[in-house]
Amino acid sequence: MHEESQTITIKGTKDGLTLMIDDNQSFDKVLEELAGKLSEYNPKQDDPIVPVTVKLGNRYINDWQKQQLRELIGEKNRFSIELFDSDVIHRDEAIKWKEDSDIKIVNRVVRSGQVLENTGDLLLIGDVNPGGKVIASGNVFIMGNLMGIAHAGAHGDQKAVIAASYMKPSQLRIANYISRAPDYETEGVYMECGFIDEKQDKIIIDRLQVLSHNRIDLSGFERRIVNG
Amino acid sequence: MGEAIVITSGKGGVGKTTTTANIGTALALMEKKVCLIDTDIGLRNLDVIMGLENRIIYDIVDVIEERCKLGQALIKDKRFADLTLLPAAQTSDKSAVTTEGMKKILQELKQSYDYIIIDCPAGIEQGFQNAVAGADKAIVITTPEKSSVRDADRIVGLLENEELEPPKMVINRIRNHMMKNGDMLDIDDIIQILSIDLLGIVIDDDDVIKASNSGEPVALQGNSKASVAYRNIARRILGETVPLQSLEEEKGMFQKVKQFFGIKS
Repeated sequence: MHEESQTITIKGTKDGLTLMIDDNQSFDKVLEELAGKLSEYNPKQDDPIVPVTVKLGNRYINDWQKQQLRELIGEKNRFSIELFDSDVIHRDEAIKWKEDSDIKIVNRVVRSGQVLENTGDLLLIGDVNPGGKVIASGNVFIMGNLMGIAHAGAHGDQKAVIAASYMKPSQLRIANYISRAPDYETEGVYMECGFIDEKQDKIIIDRLQVLSHNRIDLSGFERRIVNG
Repeated sequence: MGEAIVITSGKGGVGKTTTTANIGTALALMEKKVCLIDTDIGLRNLDVIMGLENRIIYDIVDVIEERCKLGQALIKDKRFADLTLLPAAQTSDKSAVTTEGMKKILQELKQSYDYIIIDCPAGIEQGFQNAVAGADKAIVITTPEKSSVRDADRIVGLLENEELEPPKMVINRIRNHMMKNGDMLDIDDIIQILSIDLLGIVIDDDDVIKASNSGEPVALQGNSKASVAYRNIARRILGETVPLQSLEEEKGMFQKVKQFFGIKS
């Protein structure tokens, strides 16, 4: 006789509990069984809180269902759900991920008073003139002269970088960090990049080569999808 | 069918009006039919530089508001039969002209003129929009100063949105000794920033101011450097290939002799 696989499997790991939910059962059935299983468990009030990872397999759950699971598992059981781990994502999320990790190529000169804005990485083939501005939610790469303002990681990504063939920017902005050109007249630099240095807690400009050990995940097309 | 060329710069005082007057005059010298239009309503100057101020009866606002026919407002130049000026109004402001009105006037003028040169007001507001409306080509004037190049860059960006050919530029008021010392942006720097074609360079020449004050465009006056420069620009507009003027001062006889003997001056 075929043995029916369990709807809910609970495993203990060193990081807490893993709750595996069979993706062939209806959500109502899952809730019902979960309630049954958890009712056997009665922790004391002063037990430490156990982190739980919920593995959903090929099941997609919406925010309301997440909330239901949180209430059921978390409430009075001294559990806290750390992560919902699903093999599938919603299409909107997928599109957003794609946009955020896509690299957009633009071929023009960004002149004084013009603003070029995009989500994801930006590869500009052309100059950013003084008074011009480029903004990207990801990295900014400029094959040309950067003499205006460049803002990378505009939605808060502090790992974003700004690279240019020739750098003489009036300002560099990464996430919420801003650095400006010195008050004295300077020569620009060739083939350099700006990024946030955690130790100094500010934007620094260095040779492009340092990126290869500073920002390893820069290469790899699906980096942000992998990182979640 | 003629061609309408707008002369613009963004910044004031870089020589739009002077350039308009001189390019127009130089084209007329080459026997083209030319009409100059002043669109700086309220601050008209082109008529003064052309020395035609005392002949104004009707102006561009009168034409647009249909108080007169276009032909009545056009003023014939004193020197050339084929050069005319459509003056700006001095009493109205820039809102008196509309882009439609400009387009209509240009359509009419293009039938009978080879070149229509439009003098644009400073700024990027309504006056600029009016001047650019209906033009086929644009010439951006800049001087070797940072602020003027910055404004020219802004103008080039704005012109990209209009249905014009890519603009060309004239670098005006070049002072050779300052460029040499690096106290002024040099020509290559300006070309690199603006990345548009160079139509000509004009040296800062006292004769230009003298000519403007006397109402005789400098392009008419023999061999001063600025005069040659403006005529060269006109020749390039006509499609000729003319090399850029050398910026070096003409050396006197004494200097040449010194150079011959290898004495440093």
